[in-house]
Amino acid sequence: MIKYVAGLLSGILLGIIAAVALLYFNPLASRNPLSPLSVSNNEILSIGYSAVPTDSIVYTNNGESRIKPHPDTVRELWEAPIRRTDVLVTVVTDSRNNPAGIGIKFSSDSERTRLINGEALVDSAWHIHLVERGSMFVEQTENYWNFLRKIVLPAYWSTANHWKGVWNGNMTVGPGALGTAAVSGGTGEFAGLESEAVEAVSASAYSVSQGPVTMQGRLTIDVTGNVELTATDLLGR
Amino acid sequence: MLKTLIFGFLLGIVGTVAAAYYVPVVDQYREASVISVSPNGGNTESFRINIPTDRIMIGAPRQAEPLPAGLHWPAEERFDGVRVELFKVRNTRETVIGVASRMVADSDRIEDSVEWVIHLPARGTFYVTMPAEPATGGQRVGTLRAGTREFRPMQGEVSERWVPNTFDDDPDAPDGHIELVTSFVGTFSDDVTETALTEGTL
Repeated sequence: MIKYVAGLLSGILLGIIAAVALLYFNPLASRNPLSPLSVSNNEILSIGYSAVPTDSIVYTNNGESRIKPHPDTVRELWEAPIRRTDVLVTVVTDSRNNPAGIGIKFSSDSERTRLINGEALVDSAWHIHLVERGSMFVEQTENYWNFLRKIVLPAYWSTANHWKGVWNGNMTVGPGALGTAAVSGGTGEFAGLESEAVEAVSASAYSVSQGPVTMQGRLTIDVTGNVELTATDLLGR
Repeated sequence: MLKTLIFGFLLGIVGTVAAAYYVPVVDQYREASVISVSPNGGNTESFRINIPTDRIMIGAPRQAEPLPAGLHWPAEERFDGVRVELFKVRNTRETVIGVASRMVADSDRIEDSVEWVIHLPARGTFYVTMPAEPATGGQRVGTLRAGTREFRPMQGEVSERWVPNTFDDDPDAPDGHIELVTSFVGTFSDDVTETALTEGTL
């Protein structure tokens, strides 16, 4: 009797390991499709930012994450309804990396996350003001599954608790049908803009204790018909 | 014995896959919304921000005492006309339910404006633009420009008002609060209905 119970438990354990391995190595979930905006002939506005919290003006979360709020005196989002939310306030740059405005990113873990589908989803919204140009709002769902698989977990598995390499990926997977974010213009030259965007991340170093060490984000925004691009904007094409 | 091992193996796979499918990884904490129906249709909801306790950040040039301490606002002169504030947002029961940004832009090239983004993690986010000059009584009324999830099919207005605290009894009481009142009406279309049906929210 005991040997059958031991056999059953061993089988269950092996099954769990096999299922977890299947989820982790699922080739269908590791796709990183080309952004539709990168092959578009439309007029594109490119906005960059540093995704490293210590480079930001303010970064805050629940205070219990490994990624610490910045500056360390900032109020933390510890209340239950906002515990799974991060806020980043940062300088955004144009395609020449010159400071162009201020961006505020709200990110909350999404309840639509399904690991079985290779989805670690985050609902995020950008509130962006480009100085002397105007403001806009960008709504998106991001999928961090590939980021977790390719960067965060290898960093944990590394004996140095550190990941180094080159990783580029599109984070945006919705709400647009082609995996694009929804852009709504607010003021200035963006007033009335209804468009699409894609956010991409380029990472080269990640630390378990600090989070991203070298990581750049870039929002590519379709502004066809609404905005007259400057020479600097056109350089980003 | 081998059959038991294989049975256990399959059970382990099926159990793990079923758990990954059915057990929610993320379950955002929800406070019951305090919404009232307007006589002319639509709904009204009030939010409040206690000052200074709910203020997370003030981003403005040349502050003597930046909030939070250690904040570095961009030194470039072109950022002088931009002021950014970050707050925690409460419902009328004084419970924190979200975060919000308020951006004020003062520029010679574009119209001056006040903008809000209110992010309620369990419900969605909405974006409002307001005129820079307040109306009579210090109130500003702005237009809902965009919304996500619960606020996606909405259109309407949001008002902003500073309400000073008139009770001096409690030394720890806030100086006052910012009152935000939304007045939204749903705009139903085939597209919205289909989306809701697909997502199972209808």
